[in-house]
Amino acid sequence: MERRVNYQNDLNLKATELRLGLPGSDEPEKQSTPCIRNNKRSSSEISEESRSKSSYCVTEAGKDDHQDTAPPVKAQVVGWPPIRSYRKNCLQTKNNEVEGAGMYVKVSVDGAPYLRKIDLKVYRSYAGLLKALENMFKLTVGAYSEREGYNGSDYAPTYEDKDGDWMLVGDVPWEMFISSCKRLRIMKGSEARGLGCV
Amino acid sequence: MESSEVNMSRDSSELDESARGSSSPDLALERVLSLLKSHRDRSSVSLVCKDWYNAERWSRTHVFIGNCYSVSPEIVARRFPKIRSVTLKGKPRFSDFNLVPQNWGADIHPWLVVFAAKYPFLEELRLKRMTISDESLEFLAVSFPNFKALSLLSCDGFSTDGLAIIATHCKNLTELDIQENGIDDKGGSWLSCFPESFTSLEALNFANLTSDINFDALERLVGRCKSMRVLKVNRSISLEQLQRLLVNALQLAELGTGSFSQELTFRQYEELESTLSSSKNIHTLSGLWEAKGLHLPALYPVCTHLTFLSLSYAPLQSGELAKLLAHCPQLRRLWVLDTVEDEGLEAVGSSCPLLEELRVFPADPFDEDIIHGVTEAGFVAVSYGCPRLHYVLYFCRQMTNAAVATIVQNCPDFTHFRLCIMDPGQPDYLTNEPMDEAFGAVVKTCTKLQRLSVSGLLTDLTFEYIGRYAKNLETLSVAFAGSSDWGMQCVLTGCPKLRKLEIRDCPFGNAALLSGLDKYESMRSLWMSACHVTMDGCRQLAREMPRLNVEVMKEDGSDDSEADKVYVYRSIAGPRRDAPPFVLTL
Repeated sequence: MERRVNYQNDLNLKATELRLGLPGSDEPEKQSTPCIRNNKRSSSEISEESRSKSSYCVTEAGKDDHQDTAPPVKAQVVGWPPIRSYRKNCLQTKNNEVEGAGMYVKVSVDGAPYLRKIDLKVYRSYAGLLKALENMFKLTVGAYSEREGYNGSDYAPTYEDKDGDWMLVGDVPWEMFISSCKRLRIMKGSEARGLGCV
Repeated sequence: MESSEVNMSRDSSELDESARGSSSPDLALERVLSLLKSHRDRSSVSLVCKDWYNAERWSRTHVFIGNCYSVSPEIVARRFPKIRSVTLKGKPRFSDFNLVPQNWGADIHPWLVVFAAKYPFLEELRLKRMTISDESLEFLAVSFPNFKALSLLSCDGFSTDGLAIIATHCKNLTELDIQENGIDDKGGSWLSCFPESFTSLEALNFANLTSDINFDALERLVGRCKSMRVLKVNRSISLEQLQRLLVNALQLAELGTGSFSQELTFRQYEELESTLSSSKNIHTLSGLWEAKGLHLPALYPVCTHLTFLSLSYAPLQSGELAKLLAHCPQLRRLWVLDTVEDEGLEAVGSSCPLLEELRVFPADPFDEDIIHGVTEAGFVAVSYGCPRLHYVLYFCRQMTNAAVATIVQNCPDFTHFRLCIMDPGQPDYLTNEPMDEAFGAVVKTCTKLQRLSVSGLLTDLTFEYIGRYAKNLETLSVAFAGSSDWGMQCVLTGCPKLRKLEIRDCPFGNAALLSGLDKYESMRSLWMSACHVTMDGCRQLAREMPRLNVEVMKEDGSDDSEADKVYVYRSIAGPRRDAPPFVLTL
């Protein structure tokens, strides 16, 4: 059975986005440590800028072997799913408007196979945001303290800011956070515990 | 008989006006027949005998033409001398999904020219998937002094300039319905073209236009059109403006709001709530762009009488939907985005026992990282709570055979079952088997089924089931399915009422195509794209069936022998005379 596919301009690049750790993997050694953080960041930038195959990203980051066999970017099939163009445009306009302001951010949780998306604008404070994340992913992040980070759980919420640095959620005032947060990542395991220490 | 198209191939002597006669039996018959509204009933009536044929044609005021190329405007005008309302459909439905190139055809203009000569008192024109230019709109506006209703759905070729002309010249306009069109939106000034003396508008729908319109002009227009029952504004209208419109239009029955997410002061919110409480006639509500949980409670008073609620532009979460639906016990039709997830659909099941129609659209159809949306669980939950459900359009990323079997057991009255599992060729995610048994259950249980869209991994077995059981099926849409010609053959030989068959990306070839030789003249049309049909197969079909138009569109770079896109339809107008170069008529 032939499948005619057309590569459209708005190719979905998200499938090539680089994250350390396999989707579904929860082995600590596959996750970033502070000293590799820089590599991870720059690789992410490369993967987002270039429209290359996933193998490029694999080589750069020295990633896990499995990534070699990861499926390539899934090409969009023309006219599938069968959604009318006006409907696509309506929804897209909305998303683009809001994403431009940096309010919708992706959230990944180490060990979960898929990402989620949240609208930061909906929350008024860290408390609201963290509670929502806990509900969404059915986990607890523990109590935040400036000195020690998140105590009392295996998870630590981090975010990537405008400069591409990975920061601990809560370190900067809320207003500054929502204007600079590009995406969230809830880290897990020993690495998360390590983040609190300056 | 489907519609009047096929009936029109009669002797021209019958169409002679002098054959009408003025004897009383004919007039009495005409009087009786004038009460018949359904075009199918009228087609049946016209077949009884010559007298009835004549009486029917003289009493008909509305003509429905499901395929604009099946008949010519001259033939229509010759047969029906007293038409005041025309409905025309043009392009194949897959053009909605960009499978038909631009400039394919279905231009309304030749029709308008004939109508201007033969039906100068034309009042209504409803077009779907036709091309209409600004010049045509101008021609329309000046040619028909009694013109009342214009409805354009999924059309293209015009701009807001054309709308301005309609607004300026159509003094008796009651309905302007511009939906989901490929319109060149040059700005909102068209709305200001309705003269201050103009008061007849009853239905105005510009929900899918993007530009800002002059709100003062709209406010005045709505204020002076006291018979307005349908108002659907676009996203540029804010909540505060909505309140100002509503307060002068408490008689509205159908409301489409604009953007529903303004920051309102307490007083503004109260005013909105109060105005909505007074809008006791609203039974249909849509728009609600960017609606947030915050403002939805203002709608509660309207919700009590709502029968149709469209939230397809409002990405609500499950909790927000649940709270809203708790106030909508009378709901018959509901459209939502899949942001409501299965939990939201559980709320549908528990709050809306009278529900007859559900459509769930994907908020992010092309985003594969994010797995949310609805699953089989949501659909099952609705089926338990809504036994009257008969129309469903459901986009999801996973489904099981067992779930569908449960669903149709709970809701055996489905007339329209459109299931779209968004990953092509995906099996039952629990058993890894094809989804054959799911659609088997649908066709076995739902004996009233008229329309079916299938998806997921399907073998020929699905089509065997369809051919064997779907005796009332009229429309079938198939994509990425089937194993061999046998599948399509089962459908063509098995479904006696089949009218429209649209197929893409399936392994059906010439044998399948040619097995329908005896069938296509009783159908409106057949579409096959990206299948295994060849030019030779199409030529053979064209040779054997001269009353069919067999049209092929080839893709760039495809083999000479491949027939990439095939469109077959019956016609008494002969091959198209306006076909663009990329449409080959065989």
